[in-house]
Amino acid sequence: MHNFTITQLIDGLKNRVFSSTEITQHFLSRIKTLDPAFNSVITLTEGQAIEAARLADQQLAKGDSAPLCGIPVLHKDIFCTNGVRTSCGSKMLDNFVPPYDATVVENFKNSGAIMLGKTNMDEFAMGSSNETSFYGPVKNPWATNSVPGGSSGGSAAAIAARLAPGATATDTGGSIRQPAALCGITGLKPTYGRVSRWGMIAFASSLDQAGPMARTAEDCALLLNCMASYDNKDSTCVDRPVPNYSANLGDSVKGLRIGIPKEYFSEGLNAGTEKAVRESLAEYEKMGAELVEISLPNTGLSVPAYYVIAPAEASANLSRFDGVKYGHRCDNPKDLEDLYRRTRAEGFGDEVQRRILIGTYCLSAGYYDAYYGKAQQVRELIRQDFTQAFEKVDLIMGPTCPSPAFEFGSKGNDPVAMYLEDIYTISTNLAGLPGMSLPCGMVDKKPVGLQIIGNYFDEARMLNAAHQFQQVTDWHTQAPEGIES
Amino acid sequence: MSIEKQTIENLATLARLEIDDQRVEEISQRLGSVLELVDQLQAADTNNLMDNSHAPQATQRLREDKVTESDQRDAFQAIAPDTEDGLYLVPKVID
Repeated sequence: MHNFTITQLIDGLKNRVFSSTEITQHFLSRIKTLDPAFNSVITLTEGQAIEAARLADQQLAKGDSAPLCGIPVLHKDIFCTNGVRTSCGSKMLDNFVPPYDATVVENFKNSGAIMLGKTNMDEFAMGSSNETSFYGPVKNPWATNSVPGGSSGGSAAAIAARLAPGATATDTGGSIRQPAALCGITGLKPTYGRVSRWGMIAFASSLDQAGPMARTAEDCALLLNCMASYDNKDSTCVDRPVPNYSANLGDSVKGLRIGIPKEYFSEGLNAGTEKAVRESLAEYEKMGAELVEISLPNTGLSVPAYYVIAPAEASANLSRFDGVKYGHRCDNPKDLEDLYRRTRAEGFGDEVQRRILIGTYCLSAGYYDAYYGKAQQVRELIRQDFTQAFEKVDLIMGPTCPSPAFEFGSKGNDPVAMYLEDIYTISTNLAGLPGMSLPCGMVDKKPVGLQIIGNYFDEARMLNAAHQFQQVTDWHTQAPEGIES
Repeated sequence: MSIEKQTIENLATLARLEIDDQRVEEISQRLGSVLELVDQLQAADTNNLMDNSHAPQATQRLREDKVTESDQRDAFQAIAPDTEDGLYLVPKVID
């Protein structure tokens, strides 16, 4: 049952091959048995899931069910869930039980989906390896000595290990696409403003965007249909009709113009990764697409710009964690200043503290123009690169990350080495564009991701291209050893 | 590149983070290496460019100034570290 995609599970439910209760119990029991080896789930919501599945079965029996009725999913632990602990991977929120649901969570409830639990992640989504989680790192199901990527490593690993057919995730600089690539699954970061950020714990507000993870593009389309909505409670959410992302999956890619940025195939790219990506591009050519070499000349500036903008916004967003209204509070504060300083030093891990300090530095008097102002201008340069490219092409493709999953601890001492992991993903966040990753090969028995970048609100075209690729390749159906049975 | 101890202490005060002396050295080095990375920005030619702080060039939406949600004070305070009579408690600020 765990090898079925969401699309297949929906069919099975409709045709009474199995019930939602059976599916839900099956995935819950897999999580309990297998997840101790991967650590992808922080909180299991078993009782709630079984009750929701029972109600879903009643709806299904009536025949008027919502699109995802009875389908189990996992939510990244960055989305507030009413009555269920939402930790954001941090000691700061280890005891935080939100009194409300994030809009994304509410959308899933309204679509009839069943929440199995909450997934592990880098603390406050700051990391590319899941090593910064307060709950310990997630292990990559393809090679447990290697990272699953981050920050949505828990969601990605859980799907790779077939612990859930789909999950929510968020992406600030690559946190959906990079773990999707490293775990051999499909993940999509929508256009900034497409999915509500309300109730999603903020990291860098001008970059954060939620999106789906699943095994196939077809399933991601189903999940995005549910996640995308206009929400009055998020003032950056764009009031624009949500198309049916499943409608055009079957279209041919003949004549599609695919831009290949030469900067994405330069120094630092693993040879095996490059080979897999180039072979995938050749598949597109075989299907009738046209490959066009393009240039995104400011790609190299995206990492430095990001590491000003993201920490600056994070330092402001994370000032709300002060030990007063919720979350961790230090013992016996001697005065208010001591309460703030010790609460935050105890509650935040090293990487989070480092980013708060960097952000504070970049925003402080005398440095603001040189760092934050300059980074915002560079951001405009990067956006213009893409605008020019999309005058010539329909989609852009390249590698999602420079190399396959690296081993634990191998980048731990150098924050900059870790930051360069996101070199191909960060610029789309800076420009606000949608990006996705899908499995396109293997190197040393570890998955490689193909990245697709689209123009603003062009998710349907990206999903169509990804789906067509998945009709002629089988990378997305492969499973880590011992997982399928 | 490393950052002076005094600068780290000022940042810690601004960010309300307790940083004990043993950690200053390591933090100084790590922040220094990040600042070296971000200093690459200085080489970019950005004359005559606008800031792009909000990527898809959207305009801020306004809404009517009316109450749309009911009072949730009890629910919010139920998860607070310390409250009394509907107020959040913190250490004494004024003697």
